[in-house]
Amino acid sequence: MSVKNSTLPERGKAGGKANNLLHRFSYNQKLAPYVFITPFLITFLVFFLYPIFSTVVMSFQNILPNQVQFIGLQNYRNLNDPIFFKAISLNLRYTLVTLLVLIPLPMLLAVLLDSKLMRARNFYRSTLFIPALTSVVVAGTIFRLIFGEMPGSLVNQLVGLFGVKPVKWLKLADTSFAALITLATWRWMGVNLLYFLAGLQNIPAELYESAEIDGANAWHRLRSIIIPMLKPVTVYVITISIYGGMAMFTESFMMFSGNRSPNNIGLTIVGYLYRKAFEENNMGYGSAIGLVLLVIVMVVNVIQLHINGTLRKEKRK
Amino acid sequence: MKKLVSIFLALTMLLTMAVGITSASAAEVTTFDFWTFNELHVEFYLVMAEMWNEANPDRPIAINPTSLAYDDMHNKLLIALQSGEGAPDIVDIEIGKYANFLMGETQLVPLNRVVEPELDNIVKSRVDIYAKDGNYYGICFHVGASVTYYNKDILEAAGVDPASIVTWDDYAAAGRKVLETVGVPMCTVESNDPWSFWQMLTEQGSDLLTPDGLPNVNTPEMAKGLQFYQDMIAEGTAIVAPGGGHHAEEYYGYMNAGGAASITMPFWYMGRFTDYMPDLAGKILVMPNPVFEVGNPRSVGLGGTGTSVTTQCENQELAVDFLGYAKLSEEGNLKIWEIMGFDPIRKALWGHEELKNPNKFIDYFANFPFDALIEVQDEIPAIVVSENLPKTMTAIRSTIMYRAFETMEDIPTMLAEEQDILEKTPN
Repeated sequence: MSVKNSTLPERGKAGGKANNLLHRFSYNQKLAPYVFITPFLITFLVFFLYPIFSTVVMSFQNILPNQVQFIGLQNYRNLNDPIFFKAISLNLRYTLVTLLVLIPLPMLLAVLLDSKLMRARNFYRSTLFIPALTSVVVAGTIFRLIFGEMPGSLVNQLVGLFGVKPVKWLKLADTSFAALITLATWRWMGVNLLYFLAGLQNIPAELYESAEIDGANAWHRLRSIIIPMLKPVTVYVITISIYGGMAMFTESFMMFSGNRSPNNIGLTIVGYLYRKAFEENNMGYGSAIGLVLLVIVMVVNVIQLHINGTLRKEKRK
Repeated sequence: MKKLVSIFLALTMLLTMAVGITSASAAEVTTFDFWTFNELHVEFYLVMAEMWNEANPDRPIAINPTSLAYDDMHNKLLIALQSGEGAPDIVDIEIGKYANFLMGETQLVPLNRVVEPELDNIVKSRVDIYAKDGNYYGICFHVGASVTYYNKDILEAAGVDPASIVTWDDYAAAGRKVLETVGVPMCTVESNDPWSFWQMLTEQGSDLLTPDGLPNVNTPEMAKGLQFYQDMIAEGTAIVAPGGGHHAEEYYGYMNAGGAASITMPFWYMGRFTDYMPDLAGKILVMPNPVFEVGNPRSVGLGGTGTSVTTQCENQELAVDFLGYAKLSEEGNLKIWEIMGFDPIRKALWGHEELKNPNKFIDYFANFPFDALIEVQDEIPAIVVSENLPKTMTAIRSTIMYRAFETMEDIPTMLAEEQDILEKTPN
């Protein structure tokens, strides 16, 4: 924001000193920006910075009512825990697969829905977005019933058409993972689609026109115009998807109707944090898990942004 | 219209004045904030507060109830007690979470003053589970005595007399007969909860924890119990409950349609029968559990909710007195049965004729449910509760039962692995 010295409007001499002060304050251009960001700053300090700081401190403590004590690195040493590794592995696989599904597919759909040849575009746009507006609680419950183990459940009826016997979908590692991915795809497709659609509208029409003059076909346009021009959007979607994937909790919680899944096949990092901190009252260990999650997400994202060149570009500016 | 309004206003004024006069003449009302995760508990405490006020006009109380979701309530309470601010005066804490609230410097008020005089009249194990260092911090709603529910029609069709089933061997033999003649399994077993299994441990004198409170899943008693059910599953006389447990939607539908001949569950499961399995009305018998050896205790108190007073309560003495009245008195225990259908902890009450007054439970079951309780009243040991229970329960619910009954793994190997993991994971 540029700060220029402008002449303040003259005030009547009758105005008292207090009035004058208030006046100077409200027209002070140096102060104004700070006043405007104060609400955000306060929220940030109280609800983000303080909790982060407090979590770091807590991760070195054993916390019980009136018996808080520092225990050094014990909580971090305890992280060498097979169940924690199982949770990390689920989140990593989940993130990877959701990235593989939820980047190309919505991008392709966005291109189709952006095309003028497509019929009933608005109908598809809204129907694809509706899942994002549905509460995960409702969706999770419905999906749990869809993937039920009885012969009457929807998916079992479908596979039954091909002569497959009823499967206990949510009790086996692979099938329950597939169910989670299905839920994620159904839920996030519309959101990512919206991002890509917005990105597509920002591509100037001249690019397509000149490409056409040069004799580019649809494939060339997609490869040489659309994908490169969508890069900023793609990078953004990848970044939030990595975070979303690593911090996934509600979907699993709802799918397995609680924070416990058979043989921990649906246990996520946040689920484990929740289990340890709240279900088993070990806040210190929970804090350590939370910080490890933060570190993992940061590292993965920094690597990803580095590879994409996003960080370098920022520097050049 | 105007007239009506003015009459209404005048009446309101008169009423307000009347209320003002009565409350001015009576003693000051103490209001207690009460948190629970079960709407029915609210109803119970409101009724009890009314009864208390009638009996103690000089010490009137009011209950200000807040009903929250199960996890939500326990999490909020944990934080409120940890931070020393914002906790209610009286609170319901579920047994699976209770150990969390006994850790560190306990932020609950000892109830010994009201509990100790009643110890002979109640099932003592139902206050022992909320005790630490000789102090009782909570009083349970119910015994949660484990019993076996038999489907009379299926057993009749198979020619099995449920009264003749005394040992688990009898039970397995009856199961083979039921499978042969009727074609349904004898029972369903949970793979995500311990309720249909726990009594097998306690009848052999063992438990999920050692008497010192350490995880104790790799024991011969545990292996024997799991092996028994696993063998039944292998021969088809038992199946894993559809949906994994006895609280799944799939399960209710399956059982309601006559899916299995029996299940072993605590007494509080009666409410699930009446609410979710209406077609079984008049067919279900409530009987004592079979045992491995005659003479073993045939039941155990499972599940439960302890009501406690927090140290943040300003009038602790009155709160403790009220809690004692609500949870330990004969009137209170009768209401627990009438409103919630639980087996009240005051065992002296079980033979009372008043319990036979028709209600939805008496109407539903084929026999008088308390007959089974009276039979086993001296065979209800306490389970061991310690800060290791939450994590051990998690292992039971997510891995041990699943590996024993779903993937049918070799039990001794599996138990050794699970014990090892339990010892390695921090609390």
